[in-house]
Amino acid sequence: MIKLVKITMNEIEVNTTTLNFGPQHPAAHGVLRLVVDLDGEVVKRAEPHIGLLHRGTEKLIEYKTYLQAVPYFDRLDYVSPMCQEHAFALATEHLLGIEVPQRAKFIRVIFAEITRILNHLLNIPAYAADIGAITPFLWCFEEREKLLEFHEAVSGARFHAAYFRPGGVHQDMPEGMEEKLYKHINTLPEFVDDLEELLTNNRILRQRSVDIGVITKNEAIKWGCTGPVLRSAGVPWDLRRSQPYDSYDKVDFEIPIGKKGDCFDRYLVRIEEIRQSISIIKQCLDQIKPGDVSINDNKITPPKRNQMKKSMESLIHHFKLFTEGYRVPKGETYTAVEAPKGEFGVFLVSDGSSKPYRCKIRAPGFAHLQTLDHLSKGHLMADIAAILGSLDIVFGEIDR
Amino acid sequence: MIKELKSLFSEGKITDKKKYFEIIINKENIFQTIKNLKENQNLFFNQLIDITAVDYPSNSLRFEIIYILLSMVLNKRVIVKTFLGESEGIESITTIHNSANWYERECYDLFGIKFLNHPDLRRIMTDYNFEGHPLRKDFPLTGHTEVRYDDLEKKVIYEPVRLTQEYRNFDYMSPWEGIPNSLAGDDKASEDNDE
Repeated sequence: MIKLVKITMNEIEVNTTTLNFGPQHPAAHGVLRLVVDLDGEVVKRAEPHIGLLHRGTEKLIEYKTYLQAVPYFDRLDYVSPMCQEHAFALATEHLLGIEVPQRAKFIRVIFAEITRILNHLLNIPAYAADIGAITPFLWCFEEREKLLEFHEAVSGARFHAAYFRPGGVHQDMPEGMEEKLYKHINTLPEFVDDLEELLTNNRILRQRSVDIGVITKNEAIKWGCTGPVLRSAGVPWDLRRSQPYDSYDKVDFEIPIGKKGDCFDRYLVRIEEIRQSISIIKQCLDQIKPGDVSINDNKITPPKRNQMKKSMESLIHHFKLFTEGYRVPKGETYTAVEAPKGEFGVFLVSDGSSKPYRCKIRAPGFAHLQTLDHLSKGHLMADIAAILGSLDIVFGEIDR
Repeated sequence: MIKELKSLFSEGKITDKKKYFEIIINKENIFQTIKNLKENQNLFFNQLIDITAVDYPSNSLRFEIIYILLSMVLNKRVIVKTFLGESEGIESITTIHNSANWYERECYDLFGIKFLNHPDLRRIMTDYNFEGHPLRKDFPLTGHTEVRYDDLEKKVIYEPVRLTQEYRNFDYMSPWEGIPNSLAGDDKASEDNDE
């Protein structure tokens, strides 16, 4: 006998559209492919596909000497190059067990802060451009160009500086640069005021960013957020203060924090960080004294060029350093710095040879992009551009 | 703090490395350890900074997996380490730390380490349909395939890597300094060592 069971199924109308966003899209800040599930215009799920800019930096570094690895760090987050060199230089110095001279420490802090200003001067207008404002972009690029001249003056390159090297910095600042920098830095607060006048109370910017992409304190910690994203959620955590490196313990600065953790707070935190960076640079310029800019050990830093013309030993040192490199004692370390985007860390393993055995790069943007799905759920499709912009995504560091 | 850690992990090896504490444990305990570190009210290691691995092909347990944790309350870092063979898997910690999701995917992609109970263990860094795990020491620096746009087929095609010149990995290591003198036929050196 057959028993018939009638199964009733309720029909549910599923009306989601799957949209492919990127990899070539002006609001994607590089090569991000997003697969977005939409219900009408509301985002149900946003899944980032990354790796389109993967260049295998970590693998390449395993085949390069410690000095040859430095330029790879410029090319990770290409809008804040020097901060990343900083992390690698500190990690290598830790393994070598050396301490850099006082002047080098100040120069590093000055340039790390210039880099922070450069980064925020790109992120803020790019974010504004994402949600409709064009003028800040033009203004900030002019300002960036002026600051990049200082990069060029010390290293010869505007972006790929390779300036912070294990053992100190490559060369001293040119004569008269301290005064020039001081003079220029004094014009910046006025510029930031002008920029704020254009943006902070702008109705469109507020409508597009207040209460968009909210992240709470606990969520920010749970998702591994650091830097301005974490601080905008109200966590006063800054590695420059809590685990000071180089001469950050000799300067006084404030850590701006947000209340809500929305896109607008992230914008405000970055604006305030520019002001704090200006004050840090000034304090460093007040305290900096003439002296060596790298350690005086020719086994690690190359001898001066005029010495090489006269001394055989210097010539040998130079040759050995740029072929074999220096050997780093066996060991491992994790060193992190507060890069403009958040905690940038280097996990370095040395096997005693002149090349790193393993160099893991911890990029802040990687963790931030991961939160995108969480942040954009329930918002409109157009808000994704705002959220992406406020997270400060740069693919060089995320894809490595 | 080290006392607190020791009371929690009697079985693990804890060392103070000045900048951070290092805990070496068995792979079976990894889930519980990370959970304890997060939930213990005196420690509060509630942020997972990164998960990474190091490949030592000559070891029987080839991979060393490293969990970097941060406690903002104590302003301290802890690195939890464990060892894993090539064919073994390790428990995923995505249920404890949300951020572990992508970190574990990256580890899987670049090293081929399998994380058990991971919700979505796919490749993340490398190309779709990529073969091999690039950060393993036996993976060549140049890789196996290269891509180019083919004008006849009107699409991007994959081909085996062809190099006009072999990759030259120069051995610059000097035999004269630093390492013990072990040159063949150098009797004098061994005599010195015997004395």
